[in-house]
Amino acid sequence: MYSEKVMEHFTNPKNVGEIENADGIGEVGNAKCGDIMRMYLKIDDDVITDIKFKTFGCGSAIASSSMATEMIKGKTIQEALALTNVAVVEALDGLPPVKVHCSVLAEQAVKAALVDYAKKNNRVIPGLENFKPSDDDELHEHIDEDEE
Amino acid sequence: MSREVYMDNAATTQIKSEVIDVMVPCLKEEYGNPSSIYKIGRNSKRLLEESREKVARAIGALPKEIYFTSGGSESDNWAIKGIAEAHKNKGNHIITTKMEHHAVLHPCEYLEKNGFEVTYLDVDEYGVVKLDQLKEAIKKETILVTIIFANNEVGTIQPIKEIGEITRANNVLFHTDAVQAIGNIEIDVEELNIDLLSMSAHKIYGPKGTGALFIKKGVKITPLIHGGAQEKRRRAGTENIPSIVGFAKAIEIATADIEAHSKKLIKLRDKLMNDIRDNIDYVKLNGHPEKRLPGNVNFSFEFIEGESLLLSLDMVGISASSGSACTSGSLDPSHVLLCMGLPHEIAHGSLRLSLGDFNTEEEIDYVVKSLVPIVDRLREMSPLYEKTGGDK
Repeated sequence: MYSEKVMEHFTNPKNVGEIENADGIGEVGNAKCGDIMRMYLKIDDDVITDIKFKTFGCGSAIASSSMATEMIKGKTIQEALALTNVAVVEALDGLPPVKVHCSVLAEQAVKAALVDYAKKNNRVIPGLENFKPSDDDELHEHIDEDEE
Repeated sequence: MSREVYMDNAATTQIKSEVIDVMVPCLKEEYGNPSSIYKIGRNSKRLLEESREKVARAIGALPKEIYFTSGGSESDNWAIKGIAEAHKNKGNHIITTKMEHHAVLHPCEYLEKNGFEVTYLDVDEYGVVKLDQLKEAIKKETILVTIIFANNEVGTIQPIKEIGEITRANNVLFHTDAVQAIGNIEIDVEELNIDLLSMSAHKIYGPKGTGALFIKKGVKITPLIHGGAQEKRRRAGTENIPSIVGFAKAIEIATADIEAHSKKLIKLRDKLMNDIRDNIDYVKLNGHPEKRLPGNVNFSFEFIEGESLLLSLDMVGISASSGSACTSGSLDPSHVLLCMGLPHEIAHGSLRLSLGDFNTEEEIDYVVKSLVPIVDRLREMSPLYEKTGGDK
């Protein structure tokens, strides 16, 4: 059901952990729905010099977190803002339809961390003025699959 | 991958070689249609009736009360829809519980859309149905009570004898899905006042796609599948002789010595439960501590999610299952865990290890040894874990 890339990032996720005195922290999702992502950013001169994550969730949630952090590490804020969930899905060689919401969470966790950074530094990041993570419920696709 | 450990026997079981041995001749030489009058047809008919006797004997029924079906789901559907249709002039009320298998819940929901009223009884924190609530729910329109014998996810065994006494005293039909119970619990339909009982072959080391419905003699039921005259005109379709013969062999083996079988499984189960509790913190046993299936272990591991647990176990060769939403494809975790009052986040972290005849103590050691670092790793990654101080 998962691509090799997803399994690789699930088995050996990159950038797991926390950053002490992070410049921005973003958390999205909720335990009720079964996934929470938290991202920590270190930003120097508008460049994301370090990024770490902690995730409670399924295999694709962990893989999406890992991939998203890899994709924006070393990038500028503007470049990081351009990260979309579609790009995360592509980089993972695809996700099953019911799991696409995990990539959305990853994109939103990055944005939430950038919003936190902006707030702490009294800055406005163009494009994030009205950022609000969507309700996790809306992200899930309601598809019934069979069981035993 | 170093090895393979199968601990999902509640999902399906490995077919036993004794079962295969009796099936093969039916596929090769005894291919006749039991409805045909010539010799190979008669041979098939004889195999069919011998199988019926074996299945009947396993549950204390008469051979004529056994109807072969395609398995547990068909049996459940037939019992519920067939009784509803045949008894709708008497009443339109059905009673079930919130923790049934979907093969019972969905036919009930279907009937609700077609003029029937269904009461879904609550269960307690261990998944046991409340008998007082059952008594109160029965009214003059009630035609059927359908309650699972033993739950497939958490293994809780219901007070079937007491339920049967209540339904009998109130002159209401009683159906039970005994798919998980067969071979694990002694069942005598007469003694338990059961009117209809669903069985499946592949949960007891038999072939998939075969099962039976016990229908007590004299109980009126409308067929689900119309067509030929098979199964006394109640279930059409040429009988699946190889699988029926395999099913009969499987149930014969499974019920030969239930006490010895369950003793062996309980020993393994209790070792697995104790070893997990001794080695991993923040775990919660789901289901009843004693009134549970001999092979069922179901724990919630706090702060982690079930699917990532299953993937990690799969990578070290262990097959198990979870009630997490991510493994069901829907938004919510298992309805069984939720109706027992588990919070969503705890239900998401559930793991079911279901033991069977082929599991060994050594496999249990391997599973526990593998589980400890997997749980540690996922907790280290979890933002929920640090709130405990990250400490044991």
